Amino acid sequence: MIKLIKLFTIFLAFLGFSLGNAYADGHAKKVGFIYIGPPGDHGWTYMHDVGRKHMESQLGDAVSSTYIEGVPENADAVRAIRKLASSGHDLIFTTSFNYMDQTLEVAKEFPNVKFEHATGYKRADNVSTYSARFYEGRTISGHIAGHMTKTNIVGYIASFPIPEVVRGINAFYLAASKVNPDIKIKIIWAFTWYDPGKEADAANTLINQGADIIVQHTDTFAPCQAAEKAGVLAFGQASNQEEFCPNAHLTAIEDIWGPYYAARAKAVVDGTWESKDTWEGMAEGMVVMSPYNAKLMPASLIQEAINMEVAIKDGTLHSFEGPIYNQAGELVVPEGEVADDGMLAGMSFYVQGIDGDLPQ
Amino acid sequence: MNIDLIIGIVQIILIATTPLVFAGIGELVTEKSGVLNLGVEGMMLVGAVTAFVTLVVTNSYILAFIFSIISGILMSSLFAFLVLVLMSNQVATGLALTIFGIGLSSMIGKNYIGTPIDGLTPWYFVILSFLIVFFVSYFFYKTKSGLILRAVGESHNSAHALGYSVLKIRLLAIIFGGSMCALAGSYMSICYAPMWQEGMTAGRGWIALALVVFATWKPGRILIGAYIFGGVTILQMNLQAFGLRLPAQFFNMAPYIATMLVLVIISSNKLRIKLSAPASLTLPFYKGR
Repeated sequence: MIKLIKLFTIFLAFLGFSLGNAYADGHAKKVGFIYIGPPGDHGWTYMHDVGRKHMESQLGDAVSSTYIEGVPENADAVRAIRKLASSGHDLIFTTSFNYMDQTLEVAKEFPNVKFEHATGYKRADNVSTYSARFYEGRTISGHIAGHMTKTNIVGYIASFPIPEVVRGINAFYLAASKVNPDIKIKIIWAFTWYDPGKEADAANTLINQGADIIVQHTDTFAPCQAAEKAGVLAFGQASNQEEFCPNAHLTAIEDIWGPYYAARAKAVVDGTWESKDTWEGMAEGMVVMSPYNAKLMPASLIQEAINMEVAIKDGTLHSFEGPIYNQAGELVVPEGEVADDGMLAGMSFYVQGIDGDLPQ
Repeated sequence: MNIDLIIGIVQIILIATTPLVFAGIGELVTEKSGVLNLGVEGMMLVGAVTAFVTLVVTNSYILAFIFSIISGILMSSLFAFLVLVLMSNQVATGLALTIFGIGLSSMIGKNYIGTPIDGLTPWYFVILSFLIVFFVSYFFYKTKSGLILRAVGESHNSAHALGYSVLKIRLLAIIFGGSMCALAGSYMSICYAPMWQEGMTAGRGWIALALVVFATWKPGRILIGAYIFGGVTILQMNLQAFGLRLPAQFFNMAPYIATMLVLVIISSNKLRIKLSAPASLTLPFYKGR
């Protein structure tokens, strides 16, 4: 009797095994995501998670997805990425700049798994890179700030000195100083993406030093909340944060990843995936401005911002139009030209007019 | 430099440092009784989420803090049961408590992320933090119970031989530490950055732990250490915003370096460190011996 049960169990196990295999081969492709923060940050990671859900809803049963959240940007990232790669994932998105080398390291070990690294620039046969032209949104924020500031001081909370963040600061300042040549930008490098307490401290420090508009390149809505409490203005980051600071929130730059994730996952399902670099902006809908706050902004300014969106989309307005000088006064983009993508991707200098040293 | 600017800076420093004072003084009392609890970060997070969720559900600040402190008592009692009764390794158990706290707080708070609340003014808590440090200092050096607690931390066998209940005293010290950590957490989620975000304490528990060592287990020095750390953190932000041309990495290192330097200098006498470190720290107590 016991022998019979044993045999039956083995038979069931085999059946389950073969069925499981068939399911993995014929049906759902597994898509994995590595997140730097929690999906509930209402900022950077939140928008990636919105993108993931959009992908699932678009492709239905063709894909299934998992994510690992709060992965630090160090050797732990290798373990997390490898865990996804070794557990049968076909496509893995690593969604922070400093996962770059870790992604490539794991990609070498798993040549059949496809990888997509956000905001990076190192590719391989099975590693694509993708990013959004957030700086286009910064240009509009800068234009608005130039008009809205009364103290002529804008506070900017930066995270890490990577090209992505530097580009945002420069785009913002160029647009702001164009409409308001007296504007000053005060920058605090927080050296963190995610620390609500420290972000609030930085915002309060900037407000205390006279800033009446807070711009952030960190991930939580703490700075916007601090601005609301102090009665000054702010821009949201990555997602629409108006509900947390209704009397401070002018607009926000939203990251829309869903269509890209769906397209790339579909390419894996169809077998047409290949390594490439994607850098899309407002024209493609990867960068979207949140509704402009009509309680705070005059209608004419809202109209100007909307016109700028149109101009950026049809290419008549570029965030980095010459002449652009660096802090040393050297001409980096001549008049009549715009900065090329190579310069933008590696940007590691402040434009003329910004005080302070850029940490290297 | 005008006076408003300086007042503003001092206010931000007070607000930013208070959670370190709460967590640091709680852990100090626990360690003085001879128990090392590395679960500070986990207990802070559970305290933070409990306070936040209670506030959202009941709309009462008082209930929020009461429930938060109860959560700290429960978390630390769990730790106490493991290390005092089952005599598990304190370092491993404390680390496990932190990992457990991170997971538990994420689970409890899942549906409350991004719920807007009205923050509470931080000033009562800033004052309270000073009062608690004063109280602990008085308790340690001016009362008999304080002396007993320190005796348990120095030599639990001697204290036991004198007829004191080592386990009961350690349990109380652990629970005090847990409630202070929960208070630090609730202060963060209700006053400091009024929101719930997973892992929002962002390593402050570990800084509080380091402060206890650098303060050489003296309550007053917790205040000194915490305020040097918090003060330099805010000052470096101010210098950055003033546009001082120094590498920003240097500014961000400054709080750690300054705190270490000052506390190393004021405690440079090796004999005194040996005297103030609880001799039975992390040693389990066997009643039968």
